[in-house]
Amino acid sequence: MSDTSFDSSQTTEASFGDYFALLKPRVMSLVVFTALVGLLVAPGSVHPVEGFAAILFIALGGGASGALNMWWDADIDRIMKRTQKRPIPAGKVTPDEAFAIGIALSCLSVIMLGLASNLVAAGLLAFTIFFYVVIYTMWLKRSTPQNIVIGGAAGAFPPMIGWAVATGGVSIESIMMFAITFFWTPPHFWALALFMKSDYSDAKVPMLTVTHGRRNTRIQIFAYTVLLAALSVGMSFTALNGPVFLATAIILNLLFIKGAWTILRRNEEQAEGDNYAAERSFFKLSLLYLFLLFTAILADAVLVRMGVTFGGWV
Amino acid sequence: MSNFRPDHELHQRRRGRNFGLLAVLLGFVALVFLLTVVKVQNGGKVEAFDHTARPSLTTPEGGQ
Repeated sequence: MSDTSFDSSQTTEASFGDYFALLKPRVMSLVVFTALVGLLVAPGSVHPVEGFAAILFIALGGGASGALNMWWDADIDRIMKRTQKRPIPAGKVTPDEAFAIGIALSCLSVIMLGLASNLVAAGLLAFTIFFYVVIYTMWLKRSTPQNIVIGGAAGAFPPMIGWAVATGGVSIESIMMFAITFFWTPPHFWALALFMKSDYSDAKVPMLTVTHGRRNTRIQIFAYTVLLAALSVGMSFTALNGPVFLATAIILNLLFIKGAWTILRRNEEQAEGDNYAAERSFFKLSLLYLFLLFTAILADAVLVRMGVTFGGWV
Repeated sequence: MSNFRPDHELHQRRRGRNFGLLAVLLGFVALVFLLTVVKVQNGGKVEAFDHTARPSLTTPEGGQ
């Protein structure tokens, strides 16, 4: 055969966008936003170029851990409907490529963050990548229903890293921002697990819906929502005291508890009947919850910088 | 003759990937350059010990 023509549909050569998709851009946007808030509300000033570089390398570190997560989880990503279109199960990027990109970007992001800001921030970023890839992805995810409870810490570190970029350390305020994201993660993911139905059981991932049943998951969502509400409103009277944060926390937590209460009172027949409308709506609300709560923290910090006071509040 | 045309979809994908990588690398070089400028400007006085007595390296009287 001397015909050198070929069919492009048979090739699996990745485009630039496929490599970018390895970095989980949607998760990265959350990392960027919370890290930026941590950086901006921290005392002290950072040169805009240093701040930009720091946020970029924090995002890159988060993206690198996403690539390593996709490398390790390629087998279960092929089974779950939600993840079947990811670059590896879709056949666009090979697992080896994902591993190489993940390792290379992890090293680059930590080293560059250390050079651009300080060693505390770089150390926290390195620990975050280690925690997400080794502790969560490799260990907890397939072994315990507490996977996303403990693993949620990985997603909660970015505001602490942003704070460390500005201050070179850790303080009560940055730990509180960590705590908000940490306690927000379980209700957020369990709502997703409820309406993804059989995805996790098909992949044999021991999510709470699989190991303890869907009824128990509804109870746990409500319990964690109440805990999160108490924590975030309580924080308004401590280091994160500000009128915007208090008002936002009260409104958002009332809505969040209402959503969790609706989920608690429903059974599977009702949920199937409206295609998990309440669970989907709670999941969307959870995204808005975190975004608005961190925006409120930022707003209070801006008010303080502008010298605006509300009768001793800020 | 081959029907291996330059405007094949595969080539478009490779071109996109190469230009994407070029943009990332240029961006990285620009960022490192800007960071270097900022660090040098804000880094204060950079003065290493060169085995020569200099007033700026000696401890002022009073000990502090």
